[in-house]
Amino acid sequence: MNKARRNPLNVAAAHGILILYTAIALFPVFVILINSFKSRRAIFREPLALPDADSFSTIGYQTVFNQGDFFLYFQNSLIVTVASLFFVLLFGAMAAFAISEYRFRGNTIMALYLALGIMIPIRIGTVAILELMVNTGLVNTLWALILVYTAQGLPLAVFILSEFMKQVSDDLKNAGRIDGLSEYTIFFRLVLPLVRPAMATVAVFNMIPIWNDLWFPLILAPSESTKTLTLGSQVFIGQFVTDWNAVLSALSMAILPVMVLYVIFSRQLIRGITSGAVK
Amino acid sequence: MKPPRIRWHILVFLAPALLVYTTIMIFPLFNTLRLALFDEVDQARVFVGLDNFRTLFGDPRWSASFWNALGNNFWFFVIHMLVQNPIGILLAAILSHPRLRFAALYRTAIFVPTILSFVIVGFAWKLILSPIWGIAPEMMDSVGLGDFFQPWLGLEGTALTTLALISVWQFVGIPLMLIYAALLSIPEEILEAGECDGITGAAAFWKIKLPLILPSIGIISILTFVGNFNAFDLIYAAQGALAGPDFSTDILGTFMYRTFFGFQLQLGDPHMGSAIASAMFAIILIGVCIYLFGIQTRLRRYQF
Repeated sequence: MNKARRNPLNVAAAHGILILYTAIALFPVFVILINSFKSRRAIFREPLALPDADSFSTIGYQTVFNQGDFFLYFQNSLIVTVASLFFVLLFGAMAAFAISEYRFRGNTIMALYLALGIMIPIRIGTVAILELMVNTGLVNTLWALILVYTAQGLPLAVFILSEFMKQVSDDLKNAGRIDGLSEYTIFFRLVLPLVRPAMATVAVFNMIPIWNDLWFPLILAPSESTKTLTLGSQVFIGQFVTDWNAVLSALSMAILPVMVLYVIFSRQLIRGITSGAVK
Repeated sequence: MKPPRIRWHILVFLAPALLVYTTIMIFPLFNTLRLALFDEVDQARVFVGLDNFRTLFGDPRWSASFWNALGNNFWFFVIHMLVQNPIGILLAAILSHPRLRFAALYRTAIFVPTILSFVIVGFAWKLILSPIWGIAPEMMDSVGLGDFFQPWLGLEGTALTTLALISVWQFVGIPLMLIYAALLSIPEEILEAGECDGITGAAAFWKIKLPLILPSIGIISILTFVGNFNAFDLIYAAQGALAGPDFSTDILGTFMYRTFFGFQLQLGDPHMGSAIASAMFAIILIGVCIYLFGIQTRLRRYQF
């Protein structure tokens, strides 16, 4: 270690910059959360003060619970996200196994074809997707969203999972074949458990964009019974724009589930990004 | 020789992914490009060749909106490249410092905005920058800059830049993480070899680390490019489909949404929408090709 790397002044400057940026990153979330628990007067009089006995109020949350169907929105978001992740992982892992395990004609072309979607955003095809969903009667159903997110997540999932599956030892699979296991059993019993960390990475990568998406719920499933939490809060806030208590409470309620997911999965997410899986 | 038997299991493994991917992604993509060549006349779909594109680029009303959206989109991208990526690299360089305490804590906290939805981000900043609530003016007052406050999101001249900076605030975590990963993968011996030659501190960053992380910076640039030219949600959440004030924050995503889905009194026009989508497709394709053939192949990669 040299002197420059240990210089206490440099260390202090480093911490100074990081603390400053952390404050910038967290400040808006903090302001929204504390003000959602305050009375209307306190929101305007002292926006930066923590709620105390005097200014504490849950009036905003009451409006949200009475006016918006947030439990339904939450349920829709949960169904869409979980189902899409399930299909992305299952179909993605199956295709990745076929590409990485077997040599067959068109193998490389297949891998390239599936990789196309990594760079080209699916939104470009929205007009035709809407037409397809209208023709098949899937518009305003959660299936429309699940199918779109599955298609959107597959290219990267196949790419990452096939990289990992190449590392699974051939001896293990051949031992299974000698014992008379079918290719399906080898995939589900031997290979899948071994690539579980990569599956988790893929799941975490896909989870947040699906949960937060506004474009497809707005276009494919805007009906009241199929609104996701993101679309529901957008519409709710649009209607209650002058009711600051309700808006702040709705925002806080939309922040909460993502924050809980993030706290649970943040190590996985950061390890996934920094492990070089997407390089 | 035996005729090659069909290995059905390969097909079974591939089929579901291929089916969903092809029907929901690839087919609609090409169908959208095809629809751009049609128009609706008397409730029937008629092939009109390149007429839609002639309207888009030739009709002054359409072309003015298109060039406005494209120009705004470029500015949006430029701000990301000039602000988001340098901040990300700076923070990553500091974070990757060996023996920095609380590094995991900073990393987790700085990534928080990236996981929030555009709706939350858009409204939260709208409230904070609102002159009615007064958080921003009050804070600026406290450091003596109160006179400089303006309702930035409501002014034509500043709204787009403000939104771009909000988007930068949200996504700084992505370049931060990717550069951080690249910096951590630089072997210690290389840095020590530099130290023996007297290259330390900032010089080590510019002369040793930066050339080594250039491929990662390239990837971040193309990710930013694709993400920006496909953006919609933040503008829609903060300014609505009209991308106000007076279309000054209109980008290709909002322009396409308004055109094909309709808004207020204007009816939706799927064919013009497809034409705009095709233009977006072409722009993204050009960007990706420039990256793949012009930049990526020229970047020197080092094997450790």
